[in-house]
Formats: sequence, C-alpha cells, structure tokens
Amino acid sequence: MLEDKDRIFTNLYGFGDWGLKGALARGAWDNTKKLIDKGKDWIIGEMKASGLRGRGGAGFPTGLKWSFMPKADPARPSYLVVNADESEPGTCKDREIMRNDPHLLIEGCFVACFAMEAHACYIYIRGEYILERERLEAAIAQAYEAKLVGKNNIHGWPFDIYVHHGAGAYICGEETALLESLEGKKGMPRLKPPFPANMGLYGCPTTVNNVESIAVAPTILRRGGAWFAGFGAKNNSGTKLFCISGHVNKPCNVEEAMSIPFRELIDKHCGGVRGGSDNLLAVIPGGSSVPLVPAHEIIDAAMDFDTLRDLKSGLGTAAVIVMDKSTDIVRAIARLSYFYKHESCGQCTPCREGTGWLWRVVSRMAEGRAHKREIDILLEVTTQIEGHTICALGDAAAWPVQGLIRHFRHEIERRIDQYAANPHPEPLKGFEVAAE
Amino acid sequence: MSVRRLAEVQPESFAFTPENEAFAEAIVKKYPEGREASAVISLLWQAQKQNDYWLPKPAIEAVANRLGMSYIRVLEVATFYTMFNLAPVGRFYVQLCGTTPCLLCGSDEIKAVLRRRVGEEAQVSADGNFSWREVECLGACCNAPMVQINDDYYEDLTPENFETLLDDLAADRPVKIGSQTGRVTSEPAGRLTSLTSLYGADGRSGPLSLPQSKKP
Repeated sequence: MLEDKDRIFTNLYGFGDWGLKGALARGAWDNTKKLIDKGKDWIIGEMKASGLRGRGGAGFPTGLKWSFMPKADPARPSYLVVNADESEPGTCKDREIMRNDPHLLIEGCFVACFAMEAHACYIYIRGEYILERERLEAAIAQAYEAKLVGKNNIHGWPFDIYVHHGAGAYICGEETALLESLEGKKGMPRLKPPFPANMGLYGCPTTVNNVESIAVAPTILRRGGAWFAGFGAKNNSGTKLFCISGHVNKPCNVEEAMSIPFRELIDKHCGGVRGGSDNLLAVIPGGSSVPLVPAHEIIDAAMDFDTLRDLKSGLGTAAVIVMDKSTDIVRAIARLSYFYKHESCGQCTPCREGTGWLWRVVSRMAEGRAHKREIDILLEVTTQIEGHTICALGDAAAWPVQGLIRHFRHEIERRIDQYAANPHPEPLKGFEVAAE
Repeated sequence: MSVRRLAEVQPESFAFTPENEAFAEAIVKKYPEGREASAVISLLWQAQKQNDYWLPKPAIEAVANRLGMSYIRVLEVATFYTMFNLAPVGRFYVQLCGTTPCLLCGSDEIKAVLRRRVGEEAQVSADGNFSWREVECLGACCNAPMVQINDDYYEDLTPENFETLLDDLAADRPVKIGSQTGRVTSEPAGRLTSLTSLYGADGRSGPLSLPQSKKP
C-alpha cells in the first residue's frame, strides 16, 4: 500500500488549509526556481522518465506530449490549456485538487508552461464547479500577490494564468471542442490534423493537459522521474487518484499506487463491496466510456492501463463504478446511453442519430421488449458508430453497450423471454429521463 | 443533443447593471486583443445570474452587442450549453444528477421527492420557490446521490435529509452546503484510510489539520 510520504495530494480531503500558507507548509512552491534553472530539456526528460501517462482518460505519455511543442515564435505565442472540464460519469478527482490543493495545479501550470516556452495558461473548468472555480481564482490571486506568478514573478519567467469556465457540455472535455469553446463557439470537436500542438487555441501552438497530469508535475520534478516510475507495473507507472462510486460501503476518492489490485483498493479504502465481494456483479473501471468488466474478471485484476485493456476495458480516468447483484445492469447501461445521446454535439451523423438509437433500443431491452435478433443488430450498429466520427464520443457511446452484450447477453435474453411470456401494452416505465 | 428553444414570453429589454458592466470589462481583459468572443460564456452566465437565473433573448442580444459578435453566434452558444436556462426557473433551481453513478445510489428516490413536492420536471412550483431538472453527471460521484441548487452542491442525499433541506430552503433557514451526512468532502465515511499521518484517523487530530476543524 502507498505510504503517506509518497502521496502527492496531501490535502485531498480538505482537512488542511487550501490556501498558500497551507500549500507552502506541505511543500508546494518550494524553490521552484531551482527546477526551472535546470532547463526545459531537463524538465521534459524527467517527465518522460517518470512514465507519467495522461490522467484524463486516453493515457498518452505527458512528457512526450510536451516535447511536441514547437520552438517559441513571437508571432504565434504558445499556450497551455488545462482541461478541468471533468464530466466523465464516475469521475470527481480534479474537483478535489482544485478546491483543496489548488496551488499544486498552479505550480504545475507554471513549470509546464516554462517547459513548453509558453507565457500564458488557461484553465477550462466546467461551469457547474462554481465553488471550485472561486477557490481556484482565490488561490491564483494569492500566487499573484506573492509574486509566484505574473509578469514580474520571482522565478524570472513571465507567466499569466487565467480561469475560464464552461456551461455544461460534456463534449468540451474533448480537447479540440474545449478549444472551440474557449474561443467562444459551440463545443464541436475539430478534425485532426492539424493537432493542437501546431494549431490550437487562436491558431497558436497549444498543449491541452488534464488537471491531475499537471498537478503531479512539480512533485515528480522535485523527487525525480525515477521515484514516480517506481510505483505500479512497467508502462503504467506512478500514483493515481481513484474515484470509487456505486455499491461499496464507503465510496471515496483516494490516491494509490497504479496497478493496485481491485480487491485491495476496495477493501482497504471503501469498506468492501456492499454485501461482501460475493455480491459483486460488475465494475466499470474507468469512467462511463469504458466497457464494464464482470466480477470474476475484475476482482483480482491490477488497476492499470495495460491490464484493463487486456480485459477489453480501460483505466480511463480511474473512475471505478461498482455494481452489486441488486443492480439492474441493462438499465444502468441504458442510462449511460441516454447520457451520450444528451451530450452528443450533433456534428457527425453516426453519433447524433446513433446515440439516440442505442438509447431507445437498450431501454426497450431493459424491459425485455425486444426480439433476440435485435441484440446482434444492436451490436452491429455500435460498430457502425465506433470509429466513424470526428471525436471519440461515438466510440465512448458504443463501448458500454458492447461490454453489456459481451458479458450480459444472457440477461438481456432472459428479460426478452420473460416479457414474451407475459406481454402487456403499458408504456415503457422505470426509465424516465428528460422529455425529448 | 437536446432541442432547446427560447421562451415564448420575453421581457422588453435587458441591460447589465453597472457592477456587471465592470465585471464584463474585467473578463474581456483575460483574452488577447481581437479575441473578445472568448468571454461569451462568462458574460451570458453573468446575465443569467442577474436575471433570476434564466437567460432572455434581450440579454443574448446585449451580450452580442457588448462583444461585437453577431446575434446568431451568441444564440447558438446560449442554446448549445445546457446550463443556460432559456425559460424562468424557481427561486431555488434544483438540478438532480441522474447519471449511472447517482442512479446506482438512489437518485430515483430523490427524483420521487421532487415529483411529489415540486411537480413535473421544468415546471415552477405554485409558490415560485422551486423548479427542477434531471441533468447529466455533475462530477460528485463519490458523494452520490446529489443535487445542485442554484450555485451549490448538496451531497450524500437520502429522501429524508433531502426533504429537510427543501423545507429549510423554502423557509429561508440556513443550510449546510456539501455533504448532508457530515462528511467533509469525498473522504471515506467514518475514518480516513490514507493521509492519517498528516491529519489523524479522524482528519482533525493530525499535525496539518486545520485549527478550527480540530474542535469536534
């Protein structure tokens, strides 16, 4: 088990002081100048050596991403944009960073900007996080006051940091949709290439990173990439915030070493699965976009990118949604399908039309009001959405349904048989969401 | 996607208060010259707050004029982002998270309380105090089920503590923001399983614990 001395988020729960004084006492902003005096190549080298993979879901190596930024050009200034649009169902980790330890993020923005020769950073926070935004703005004001950031800061690298907020659109968590939104437009993803590192915010070189990826950077640089790489399995290194929700006795956020076995994570920090581990039905291990994994496959699995990929799922944002045997599994997935239908930006036809279609069919199946042959039609349609859209929302809508069919086809068939034995004309019930 | 249209009944006009005009000026300065459009969400949001939490057409036009954008560009932003209410809402606007993590933890029961006490979705109660909507994941999944009422999150709800919360709000009594069961944030209920060397198992007795939280 990870020890407290190796935890990066030492005020995760807000029992300590979120402000600058508390942050300094916990080691933030400790001789940051020494870090940047070692130069940008050293910083990027350490980040690569740490093996940090992006914490926003896709798991792209952070150091490598930083190295893609072109040399500074006065006509086209570089930007760092922090993706704090945390809206993946199940995920609530960045919120705790921003409201309880905001200086970790601000210092991270500073060193990341230095490494990428950027002088300005925008933090795009989801609109609903109002308290978190005010907390972050207050922390930034403290940092300006103490001259830790600003045009004439004590570190000698001119740097401005701004908070920008959204207004309730999951799609703005996709990096190019986020940039569109930041430019004052609808959040519709852009075609790639050009990638943001060449043509990002306002047409300038831009790197978009998740809050957690940025917030861990100063600690990695202070303690060395090798320290961070010492946790977790090969290619899955580091410590990670896990958000465990659903049917556990004590849902919580917790920082643990990567590759911790699922059973240990749940038993140590969450008081176990509700009703004991025999009562576990399935787990969505990485936020709503990844396929579910049935109990017998997940229970002793290591929680990391590669192990979960081999289980045909993914670590995603490490939002672990636990479902016990009382769960109506088809309805749980149908509700996710509604989520994707609601959040599709409407730009690509397969997603705009397909997400609604998936939702309607899966919610019929939740009551058994379908034909068994429709299960294969449904599966076929998911593959027609997946990979046929500009961004990954189409894939994200398809995967939970594919996971459901892969592991719980028997449950759907049982319901179809049950309904066929006792058909009735009542309208679909038990699944009431916003009127169309 | 969801279809969102402007309310049928609209006020005659809208103008920012002097305070909000100053706010707008400060916001626009955050962005490079010529990129004033970036401020559109912030300004629409401020307009909505000034107008009892809903966004009328004249406000959309006022923001467009303020930022030098064409009306249609601002209108498409106002209809795209679901936090903009295009019709009047209750004095306490309840957004109920109904996505799967909350669903698993009992958001249906919270929805039943709203149906019984407030009425159907998106309708303002007769006394004007409440209206509600089911929204998608609000990002507080470790504290499910939860609602957002106006600006604030209320978490770890049960039908009982939620009814008390609604009673207190309606009577203008002070309420506690955040967890309704005594958790500080998203720590495991009862005792900490990590960071105990810094804050103690109760979070309040360690060397880094806040002085005010040391008191029981």
